[in-house]
Amino acid sequence: MANNDSIKKTLTVALSLCVVCSVVVSTAAVALRPTQQQNQELDRKTNILQVANLMEPGKSVEQQFGEITQRVVDLRSGKYADDIDPDRFDQIASTQDPAMSRTLSGPQDRAGLGGRVENYATVYLVGDPDKPDEIILPVRGQGLWSLMLGYLALEGDGNTVVGLSFYDQGETPGLGGEVDNPRWKSLWPGKEIYPEDSTEPAIRLVKGGVGSNTPDAEHKVDALSGATLTSTGVTNLLQFWMGDEGFANYLARFRDTSQGA
Amino acid sequence: MAKTDTARGLLITPIFQNNPIALQILGICSALAVTNSMSTSLVMGLAVIAVTAFSNMFVSLIRNHMPSSIRIIIQMTIIASLVIVVDQLLRAFAYDLSKQLSVFVGLIITNCIVMGRAEAYAMQNGPVLSFLDGVGNGLGYTFILLAVGFFRELLGSGSVFGMTIMPTINNGGWYVPNGLMLLPPSAFFVIGLLIWAIRSLSPQQVETSEFRITTNTKPHTAQGSV
Repeated sequence: MANNDSIKKTLTVALSLCVVCSVVVSTAAVALRPTQQQNQELDRKTNILQVANLMEPGKSVEQQFGEITQRVVDLRSGKYADDIDPDRFDQIASTQDPAMSRTLSGPQDRAGLGGRVENYATVYLVGDPDKPDEIILPVRGQGLWSLMLGYLALEGDGNTVVGLSFYDQGETPGLGGEVDNPRWKSLWPGKEIYPEDSTEPAIRLVKGGVGSNTPDAEHKVDALSGATLTSTGVTNLLQFWMGDEGFANYLARFRDTSQGA
Repeated sequence: MAKTDTARGLLITPIFQNNPIALQILGICSALAVTNSMSTSLVMGLAVIAVTAFSNMFVSLIRNHMPSSIRIIIQMTIIASLVIVVDQLLRAFAYDLSKQLSVFVGLIITNCIVMGRAEAYAMQNGPVLSFLDGVGNGLGYTFILLAVGFFRELLGSGSVFGMTIMPTINNGGWYVPNGLMLLPPSAFFVIGLLIWAIRSLSPQQVETSEFRITTNTKPHTAQGSV
């Protein structure tokens, strides 16, 4: 046992252990990466299908996602940016790229995005891409503790809400964390983002409940009880993403055609 | 504590008699973080069982070739590699749970139980016994995690393993959930109460005092040590 402590033995043991461990770790990482990426992809598609209320048990996610077209939109003009491949475009990563994003000054940054927002966003269109049944938009914003990432699904008129759901948030469990509560989420369908003939979003969360005799009830959703700051965050992020810095220019095209029809 | 070298003893003793959390007060940190629901507690427990068992086995296999000057870092390297492998496996095959556990699987590396068993048991015993010792201690850890998770999930969300037991007000039921139970500090209270209960049932687990608290004296004549 004594010769275990010789310098030669120490170095040999340390070196061989490192080689063995690094081979094991890198094998695991490389061999499992395809499965992991598939999981992430599946997770993203499942979230999108769920917010659009299209999730049917028994059918595979891939198959159902086949009805959805992905397009990349230029948020500044509201036009499609067809030179960007939606399958390769990483919206969140693009906020770090100066060529793909722009700065927001103080009051513009309502959603608390850290002063930068991307120029391009991926949208998901259900059905015919020119006259979609539903439009699914990525939204995100600061809550009380965390950046909340989610999807907002609108009907083909670009105004009526189908659903709002967050796939990643770290709000207080039981209070702000109730943004995931199915009961609260069921308050959203049918709400309208914009007042008539306006591109200023009116949708907001209000305290005290929304009844049939509340004025402008179609633009109001009951806030989360005990979670004022999370509720404010949800209002802010919706107003930001539905506003001029967000999807307002893009959604205008659907609102025009639906009014003309 | 009763020394047992039988396989059964190695597996059972750490659950009640020599529980790594309740008696040795090791591995508390992760017990706070992941116990707000039972399913995450269970997966965390399984991950720790796997890591403790295999790290014990590998440490034991090479114990006769281990230079004592670098033995701690060798143990750490083995443990860290195993934790990364477990983390990768979870991400590939239990994606939803690995999202909930997030960084805590990676933090198994710093779990004192794993390191403690490698140093205290695997360095002196054969690979098979060490493996069983690892499984046993992992089971002890899992047992406490599930117990804490049971109370936190039941009182905090009114459910057990995600199945509603007491419908909460938010979902139209009658139960007003205790929000504190969903936050990490509540695990302190639950673990403390569990340790109290376990030590009341088996008083031999109560530690002897390391020093006697003397009656109030002036500082320069104080007798008690710290």
